[in-house]
Amino acid sequence: MELVHGSGGRAMADLIDGLFVKAFSNPWLDKRNDQACFSVPAGRLVMTTDSFVVSPLFFPGGDIGDLAVNGTLNDVAVAGARPLYLSAGFILEEGFPLKDLKRIVESMAAASGNAGVPIVTGDTKVVERGKGDGVFINTTGVGIIEADVDISADRAQPGDAILLSGSIGDHGVAVMASRNHLKFETAITSDTAALHGLVAAMLSATTRIHAMRDPTRGGLATTLNEIAEQSGVGILLDEDRIPIKKEVLAVCELLGLDPLYVANEGKLVAICAAEDAEGLLAAMSKHPLGKDAAIIGKVVEDPRSYVQMRTALGGKRIVQWLTGEQLPRIC
Amino acid sequence: MKYIEEFRRNDAGKAILKNLAAETDPGRTYRFMEFCGGHTHAIYRYGLLDLLPGNIEMVHGPGCPVCVLPKSRLDAAIFLAKEPGVILCTYGDMIRVPATSRDTLYKAKAAGADVAMVYSALDSLAVARENPDRTVVFFAVGFETTTPPTASVIRRARDEGLRNFLVFSNHVLTTPALKIILDTGPSVALNGFIGPGHVSTVIGSDAYLPVVKEYRRPLVIAGFEPLDILQAVLMLVRQVNGNRFDVENEYTRSATREGNVKARALMDEVLEMRDTFGWRGLGLIPRSALKIRPTYAAFDAEARWDLAVFDHRECEDDEKGCACGEILQGRKKPKDCPLFARVCTPENPVGACMVSSEGACAAYYLYGYGVGRK
Amino acid sequence: MCLAVPARVTEILPNQLAKVDIEGVVREISVDLLDDVRVGDYVIVHVGYALHKLDQEEAQKTLELFEQARTILEDTK
Repeated sequence: MELVHGSGGRAMADLIDGLFVKAFSNPWLDKRNDQACFSVPAGRLVMTTDSFVVSPLFFPGGDIGDLAVNGTLNDVAVAGARPLYLSAGFILEEGFPLKDLKRIVESMAAASGNAGVPIVTGDTKVVERGKGDGVFINTTGVGIIEADVDISADRAQPGDAILLSGSIGDHGVAVMASRNHLKFETAITSDTAALHGLVAAMLSATTRIHAMRDPTRGGLATTLNEIAEQSGVGILLDEDRIPIKKEVLAVCELLGLDPLYVANEGKLVAICAAEDAEGLLAAMSKHPLGKDAAIIGKVVEDPRSYVQMRTALGGKRIVQWLTGEQLPRIC
Repeated sequence: MKYIEEFRRNDAGKAILKNLAAETDPGRTYRFMEFCGGHTHAIYRYGLLDLLPGNIEMVHGPGCPVCVLPKSRLDAAIFLAKEPGVILCTYGDMIRVPATSRDTLYKAKAAGADVAMVYSALDSLAVARENPDRTVVFFAVGFETTTPPTASVIRRARDEGLRNFLVFSNHVLTTPALKIILDTGPSVALNGFIGPGHVSTVIGSDAYLPVVKEYRRPLVIAGFEPLDILQAVLMLVRQVNGNRFDVENEYTRSATREGNVKARALMDEVLEMRDTFGWRGLGLIPRSALKIRPTYAAFDAEARWDLAVFDHRECEDDEKGCACGEILQGRKKPKDCPLFARVCTPENPVGACMVSSEGACAAYYLYGYGVGRK
Repeated sequence: MCLAVPARVTEILPNQLAKVDIEGVVREISVDLLDDVRVGDYVIVHVGYALHKLDQEEAQKTLELFEQARTILEDTK
């Protein structure tokens, strides 16, 4: 990447055409306007934005491009919305290898294509060497809520069931294992995935989902603490019921990590009334992204909004907010 | 996971607890110290305190090498990290620990110092090989479990003829700390100890015989799975009931009477005893820590740099109100400290007991706070 | 202190190194501190070093101790 690629001139137009428009091609983007124009079906509009600054850029099972597309699609989906369109903004550092950019763009194109949600508008800027960490990507997504749902993190109620769509910790461990200095060999790959198909299947079973979120950075523990606090309730988890792959658990044991705090990129947590739980679980289990789904706990009365867990031994522990970044330990 | 999951089984746990309930004498209290931070961590993480009979009290010991490292030694490590040409290699545990004036290795790294996190001491050797024009300093911390790896990499460095590899040794020893606890100890007497399982793997269970004989308290070495800990508590209860004070071993699959002789020989070849060393919260303890022998001075950071200005003697350095010293000695519990959870949290640790996730306060905060009665 | 886990030795390498496996996760470690480590042995691994060859017989004995407690409990129900 050179500064001239961001200066608005011929070089930039060539880059946009030759790389971005070519990869993402769709009727809106092909028009090469500064904006995309579209109608939306009837319903409530949902909009979300996210920026991706991850390192490493490439890891087993995906790259920053996959995360940038799937992450935003998921933020739309967990509102109970059908994603419609995406935007993508790039801030590139002078000197960033074009072949890496191409690889990332191709991942985004594939993720967008698989999800059936086009990237209809975008932006590119280039900053001086040293002023950016390779590449920063921002994606914004819009979606439409067609069903009669009211999903919000403040709607969990005592007695509700807590469902998890699949195993925790895959993404965080895949990223860690690809960091050279830890030197672990493992077959674990990131679970990055777009969840709107799963959500659609869930909504066909019941529209009475109270809260839903995808536990990304900070892991399941962070997401549950957020919901507990926003809803003013407590949560009681059952450690034995939380799905986790053996290899993920093994890496966590070796490095002294708590899987509850390890990042995920293709999972969701859903909270619904107890009587709807079995039906919802059945719908999730039938979908490929929910085959390991489980009911992992329940919402309880608690003015302190603690998340607690019954451990494998039958004792109880608290599941605190994440403090700082979880680092491998020797003790 | 083989040899891990079998030691977490719920049904066996319930059985041991039933035995404990049956065998504890309702007319007395049992106060046991788990010396090792790893045991403190496991006890809270599995919620064992609530499961134990109400008249068994677990007192948390100082076996957390991160917690007992004086701030001044960490100041020295941060200084080394900032030295031109240096790459400081460190275990993850130390990266966010605050030193004097709240500086940390993490902040030093953000400000441009070259700090590399490693999982193994061997990795720091690899860094030295891959960066022949830089000086690699390995920040070595830990009790006897972690010391043989340090001795090993120093010997390997010598055998390979590496000229850019140094170690900053902060290794400390278990039995001197046990003795201090017993000498100055909690206001209410301890009835026995849970011994550190992996330290014992290196030093052997016989290493505790003198302390146990002199102070007449039982010690049971335990593994780190919940069943190991519960079984060891049961073994302690049985000794106390029988008025015995022996060294017993629950962790026979890993610890033996003689320990790892080869590891100790290697330690002895490369390292020697310091006259005295400051332990955060416990004060100066004679003959309680190790330094690199003169024959290996080429690999000793303390020989290359004059670090005397970072004297480890001022170890009563915790702030006003901080009860760490008393907590490390088992005299107080985390919730007895006025700063706990108010000012002092894992994110913003004031004292030694909060800086590591296996420090008594951090373990309690992260896993036990607000849960149950203890 | 001292996070250490049992892992199975899958390969012996030159220079006192070995590969160990725990549930499919593989890492290279040093066997400097032990004598005569063989493929198939379980070792206790701490910071990339094998500290001890896990005594599988003793592990069984310990588990049986727990099992005894458990069955006595069931019998007395």
